Amino acid sequence: MGGRVTAQRPDGTGAVNPPPGTPLLQVEDLVIDLPDPQGDVVRVVDGVSFDVPAGTTVGLIGESGSGKTMTALAVIGLLPDRAATGGRLLWRGADLLRPETDWRRVRGHQISMIFQDPLAALNPSLTIGRQVGEILRRAGRPRAEVRRAVIDLLDRAGVPDPERRMGDYPYEFSGGLRQRAMIALALAGNPALLLADEPTTALDVTVQARILRLLRSIQQEGLSMLLVSHDLRVIAHVADQVVVMYAGRVAERGPAAEVLRRPAHPYTRALVASVPAVRTRTALADPLPGTPATPAHRPSGCAFHPRCPLARDRCRAEVPPAREVAPGRWSACHFAEEVLTP
Amino acid sequence: MNDTLEVTDLRVTFRGGLVAADGVSLRVAPEETLAVVGESGSGKTTVARCVVGLQRPDSGTLTFDGQPLGPVGRRPPELQRAIQMVFQDPRSSLNPRMPVADLIGEAWRTHPAAAPPGDRTEALHRLLADVGLDADVTGRRAGDLSGGQCQRVSIARALAVGPRLLVCDEAVSALDVSVQAQILRLLVDLRRTHRLALLFITHDLGVVHQIADRVAVMRGGAVVEEGPAGEVLGAPRHEYTQALLDAALDLGVDE
Repeated sequence: MGGRVTAQRPDGTGAVNPPPGTPLLQVEDLVIDLPDPQGDVVRVVDGVSFDVPAGTTVGLIGESGSGKTMTALAVIGLLPDRAATGGRLLWRGADLLRPETDWRRVRGHQISMIFQDPLAALNPSLTIGRQVGEILRRAGRPRAEVRRAVIDLLDRAGVPDPERRMGDYPYEFSGGLRQRAMIALALAGNPALLLADEPTTALDVTVQARILRLLRSIQQEGLSMLLVSHDLRVIAHVADQVVVMYAGRVAERGPAAEVLRRPAHPYTRALVASVPAVRTRTALADPLPGTPATPAHRPSGCAFHPRCPLARDRCRAEVPPAREVAPGRWSACHFAEEVLTP
Repeated sequence: MNDTLEVTDLRVTFRGGLVAADGVSLRVAPEETLAVVGESGSGKTTVARCVVGLQRPDSGTLTFDGQPLGPVGRRPPELQRAIQMVFQDPRSSLNPRMPVADLIGEAWRTHPAAAPPGDRTEALHRLLADVGLDADVTGRRAGDLSGGQCQRVSIARALAVGPRLLVCDEAVSALDVSVQAQILRLLVDLRRTHRLALLFITHDLGVVHQIADRVAVMRGGAVVEEGPAGEVLGAPRHEYTQALLDAALDLGVDE
């Protein structure tokens, strides 16, 4: 086949130079439709908007069915083929959802992803070093240079004795080391954005603390991060901004410290209350009734209304739009002001 | 002595030489909650499996109410009934094709002595109400229920045979945060209303503080520290307990 006709930026996104101050990633009214096993189309993500400014970490928090993982998969072009999308995913100003996007030039180079289960994400039959160096080798870098880079990447990710351990296979690594190897692999292409989907959920607490410390040191090198988690505590420790999702929609978003200290949505408030304190004995929280709503059975109006202590007629009838309820604070609750000032 | 679980010098070595329990001794008094915390490989699940009789120890003794606890199949029926287990993943511990009524009925068929005399429907509805489920779930299959509902069914099935000790192995770990709080609250309530003792296996220190009277911290098959939950977590004496506490995350908003 012939070469490309249209002019293409080396990053493969076709982006023109965006104006300064443009967020790295802008998610605008993202919609994802997926057919369920019966063939009915389910809107798993329904009008999600948020930004990831350069150099910041955004935490995407939600329970099962919230659409957080689907949102992340859309950002890295890994949605199932049968998914239909709407809205825009602007990467440095260019829409990743356009069919022209050359994902091979985005994935690993612009945006990388680390997964919950490194054992499933790593190839069991290739050495760690070979996998970490893959993207560099494919770029045609000389062997000795790739080797040096791999050792450096593993070292940065905190793999001890990288020169020797790069010859190991994934099964020879502990869970924590595997996650470090995957982080090294994700950083190999020098991406600007790291997507992390529940990166510490499968790890022991002491290992989790070390991986979170590593993620924070990577942040300080200027990398942006989109951290997906169900664990408010992990988000609180790493994220600058937080996006709270419920049943495929954004419930609220804003600066992490403010959102967690003074939620502007009853769902966030209940989530915060259900996090047990470790060092002091706290009373058991009054739990939310019911189970998280799923996109397939999304309640009318505000999807949270059947579980909400503040729900009234309007909540059952009208879908609350996200609105700015305080500077930088967005809430999709009709009565956000009541939540903010109890 | 009545209804007390005593575990003395329990040792379990797996094939390949891994020592899963290295002289573990524990005691759970009637209506008391003991949390066993530790990371993977600490031996906490092995202890739980020995208590319910799914794992045979190499040496050591386990007794409940003074009676020796052998493998589950060799326990007298009343001892089998007395100690029930709730697993981490309710979706894999319940047959997804079985209706809720049959799942509970199965427990009564296994232990006829615990089955309610006469009309079982009313007893079934009462049991479901105890775990916060509506009577209309009886005909639904486990596979059609949410994770939280499944865990409630598992708990109802355990309660159906009138246990005195409930062994919960990471019983809330696989649940959504908002559902986790419900199940914890349920266990705390059931413990009081059904006069249950709980052996609560968990990796989550935050949960320990909410539910346990006492806590045993395990590492590498051994109990490194044990005592009242408030003391152990408030002023740990063992450096490993301190390390666990240092690693555990708080929300950090009220500090």
